[in-house]
Amino acid sequence: MGAMAMCDENCMDLNFAATEAEASTGIARISTCLEAQGLPQHKAADVKIALAEAINNVVEHAYAGITPAKVKVRCRLHENWLEILISDTGNPLPGFRVPDGVPAPLGSSLDDLPEGGFGWFLIHELTSEIRYEHTNGCNRLSLRFDFPRLG
Amino acid sequence: MSLTSKTTDTTQVITVHSDRIDAAMAIQFKEDMRSTAQGGAPRVVLDLTDVEFIDSSGLGAIVASMKQLGSERRLDLAGLHPFVEKVFRLTRMDTVFKLYPTLDDALTAAAD
Repeated sequence: MGAMAMCDENCMDLNFAATEAEASTGIARISTCLEAQGLPQHKAADVKIALAEAINNVVEHAYAGITPAKVKVRCRLHENWLEILISDTGNPLPGFRVPDGVPAPLGSSLDDLPEGGFGWFLIHELTSEIRYEHTNGCNRLSLRFDFPRLG
Repeated sequence: MSLTSKTTDTTQVITVHSDRIDAAMAIQFKEDMRSTAQGGAPRVVLDLTDVEFIDSSGLGAIVASMKQLGSERRLDLAGLHPFVEKVFRLTRMDTVFKLYPTLDDALTAAAD
């Protein structure tokens, strides 16, 4: 498991190798920590789903065909919003832009049913804002989750 | 990933003993489902009571498992945590599978 730089009241940095096994552990660890830091429970599921899809994309696509390096995740939890920055040194997103969030069509028969293509749709659906940049060989994907508190 | 199986009459219940079905285990899950479900009853109920997290790779593996069963058999899902159910709902896979809150619900429904 990678190194966790800090896990105080509202910051968390976690780095891990871009493998499926490390990503699986890393995602669980980040979610647990965010909940401990006070991420509202009704938002925790959304965050975990979007975070997992974004990190899995890095493992499966950004480092496809090249030697996997690190995934860096930085979380900043504020009063009414959470920002998660995911960085890697893999291949850029196609066209250097965030893919559209079109849901995978279900098709009309058993064989037509999609077994993938849900990732970006889920990320779009569950986040308030997505930003992406590719600079100096580094991908930086920023996901923001708003959660206005009542009262 | 560990699966156990129990068959009664026309239903095979396959229980997932893992707290997640994610990208790290999707391929293994699909293979284990293939061997566990082979030659079983016409109806397969996948008991997801232990599963607290699923990602799109895990979802894809469940869809693949249903395809592996072919058109003569069906796959129903039982014991979905709210989290898991949400992933099915968002991807509209809740319209493809029959989802039951508990395994008992799934088995009672079979008797109808």
